[in-house]
Amino acid sequence: MDSDLISFASLAPAYPELFLAIGAVVLLMAGVFIKNASARLVGVAIGMLLAVTVLVIIQPATGVLFNGGFIQDDFARYMKALVLAGSAFALVLSVSNAVDNGIAKFEYAVLVVLATLGMMVMVSANDLMVLYIGIELQALSLYILAAMKRESARATEAGLKYFVLGALSSGMLLYGASLIYGFTGQTQLDKIAEVILLSDRSVGVIFGLAFLLAGLAFKVSAVPFHMWTPDVYEGAPTPVTAFFATAPKVAAMALLIRLVMDSFEPLAKDWQQIIIFLSIASMVLAAFAGIGQKNLIRMIAYSAIGHMGFALVGLSAGNLVGIEGVAIYMAIYLTMNIGLFACILSLKSNNGYVRNISDLAGLAQTRPYVAAIIAIMMFSLIGLPPLAGFFAKWHVFLAAIEAQLFVLAVIGVLASAISAFYYLRVVKTMYFDAPEQEFVPIPGELAFVMGITGFLVISYYLTVGRTLVDFANVAAGSLF
Amino acid sequence: MQGETMNDLLFDYLPIIIFLALSAVIGLALLVAPFVIAVKRPDPEKVSAYECGFEAFDDARMKFDVRFYLVAILFIIFDLEVAFLFPWAVAFKEVGWFGFWSMMIFLGILTVGFIYEWRKGALEWD
Amino acid sequence: MTLPVFFFYIFSGIAIASAVMVISSRNPVHSVLFLILAFINAAGIFMLAGAEFLAMILIIVYVGAVMVLFLFVVMMLDVDFADFKRGALQYMPVGVIVGVILLIELLMVAGSTFVSPELAAGSAMPINNAVSNTQALGEVLYTRYVFLFQGAGLILLVAMIGAIVLTLHHRKGVKRQDIGEQVARNPKTAIKVVKVKSGEGL
Repeated sequence: MDSDLISFASLAPAYPELFLAIGAVVLLMAGVFIKNASARLVGVAIGMLLAVTVLVIIQPATGVLFNGGFIQDDFARYMKALVLAGSAFALVLSVSNAVDNGIAKFEYAVLVVLATLGMMVMVSANDLMVLYIGIELQALSLYILAAMKRESARATEAGLKYFVLGALSSGMLLYGASLIYGFTGQTQLDKIAEVILLSDRSVGVIFGLAFLLAGLAFKVSAVPFHMWTPDVYEGAPTPVTAFFATAPKVAAMALLIRLVMDSFEPLAKDWQQIIIFLSIASMVLAAFAGIGQKNLIRMIAYSAIGHMGFALVGLSAGNLVGIEGVAIYMAIYLTMNIGLFACILSLKSNNGYVRNISDLAGLAQTRPYVAAIIAIMMFSLIGLPPLAGFFAKWHVFLAAIEAQLFVLAVIGVLASAISAFYYLRVVKTMYFDAPEQEFVPIPGELAFVMGITGFLVISYYLTVGRTLVDFANVAAGSLF
Repeated sequence: MQGETMNDLLFDYLPIIIFLALSAVIGLALLVAPFVIAVKRPDPEKVSAYECGFEAFDDARMKFDVRFYLVAILFIIFDLEVAFLFPWAVAFKEVGWFGFWSMMIFLGILTVGFIYEWRKGALEWD
Repeated sequence: MTLPVFFFYIFSGIAIASAVMVISSRNPVHSVLFLILAFINAAGIFMLAGAEFLAMILIIVYVGAVMVLFLFVVMMLDVDFADFKRGALQYMPVGVIVGVILLIELLMVAGSTFVSPELAAGSAMPINNAVSNTQALGEVLYTRYVFLFQGAGLILLVAMIGAIVLTLHHRKGVKRQDIGEQVARNPKTAIKVVKVKSGEGL
């Protein structure tokens, strides 16, 4: 048979996936045979995810495996490192509040690991079928995580909503993929590009492309496919939302980048229109819709939509600087969100966890440390220099200007300025309103996560900035 | 494109077409015959339910226990697993040892799922 | 070519008619049964397209298993569906618009095959009739596409975990039979000799 798997050693580029898959199965068995081990298993899962992160970073094996279905290159390694670290931190955030949120089951850790595996498959997908398998593995786990708090009607509703809309987006994705296969006769991404290059611009392929992009826009929650995001983020248990807002976004963005850069490079003019539209719509809608939000999580959901719009600015440019910008943007976005969710999850009063922005009133007096970190994150999300968020936006706007997309860059800056309104309102509530409630002490690991993300965001330019840019440059370079 | 082979393929299914046609004819005949032949003398007392019997025409829906659903969905999952076994069995000679072990890993993953179900008590009816 | 065409129109005609019945019949159980009929006819169309394996799987998995689940769900939800559907008509205009857009899109895609037929004919993978459908699938699924195959296995595992996490709940206070424990019992563990003083009871 024409299989390239002669030995275990030839699988080297896929070791991280292999390790995680075996790990998930072992975790499942451990959970079912060891009584009351869910807390310890979360620890094991975190260790496993971090170990695989290190493996991805230090192991340079790259290549195309499984008859062209799976690709491991520097771009995939960069994105996988982000995904894995994001998942590990999302698990850390759930440790102290798992019981309150109804996710103190060992299946939680197993599902997070399996979802992460799905995301890694997405990042490494070099074939439309692998892409779909990765998305489904990820999405199915996420639906379950959203609905895991069974006694909560909100969580169940969130899970169901996510499932129905996710299934719809998968359907569109499959429809697009089948059109592309029908018109090009290929499912492998690079071979699709070859066929497109040799043939004329065909309506069928463009339709397929549009459907594929619509399906993926659901996954990155870009406007107009964003409707599920605020509802699901609000309804799902908050640690699960922290997970939703980080790793899956990175994976979906990586997939989108690889798809358009690899297979539809010859049709750049066509997909750029769609990406620019998604980008502008996301930035503008999120900037205005965020203003009206009273619920903190809904506000963060709109913030996530807006930030996806900003990241797509880089992709719209379609050049090396642009992809590099998106890569940097996703890393910084991940850090900011993890820090922000660590803050939110640490604020538990006698009436439960904070829900509304008004619950943060006077936080600067009762919890100055948390208030300071939230303020830093808010300023960074706005994009104020010298915080990390500024550099994220700077890179993508630079790319847009280099690609002569001036209007896009101007709209982006304006949207950024409008969205500052709702970010600043949080800061105002914390620092200028009178405190209303007392909070229980902050769990140690959350304080640690807050500290580390806060430090990275403040000192970005002086410490990690240059290294991150170098990594992103190498990662983006492997796509060209 | 391939009209000849298509017809060949369909001829392979000739028995089942004949079978379907036959069953349709018999089914229809048995439905129609009573209308034509049977004696019908309805009477309110005759057609009503006898004492505590069930109403003859009523909404048959009632609440099922959610456990039926769990059993059904677990059945579907294993049904899908079996669907993967058919092509494997047909192409067993061609796929060689690699194909054999590939299926063993697949079955291994699902066996792990089965052990999970068993230990969780999902297969028990308490 | 007339025979396949004849069957194609029979299958697709019944499929469309039963699809209409799915959404228009009052009784949801009838809807499910019509959906089964639609699936069976879809299997017939797959058969005409030469995809025997898909046709059989459609019947085994969808008709045999998924639709049974549908019936369960329809029965479990003790909802008055007639009441449910009454408001549905107000969404008709939106539905019609979406339907028309989809139709236009489909026509455009179909149109492009007429505009550039050589592309559709030349690049689509021709069906290899030398080996049977199932065999052709088996020859690549477990070797060439092993990664996808194992991925599918993991998705099924996730589905199992999900079904159990979301629906399984044990009733409290149910005594289960534990055969191992029963067999392992001996007089030492099972019998306790208690000296009862007269007139006091236990």
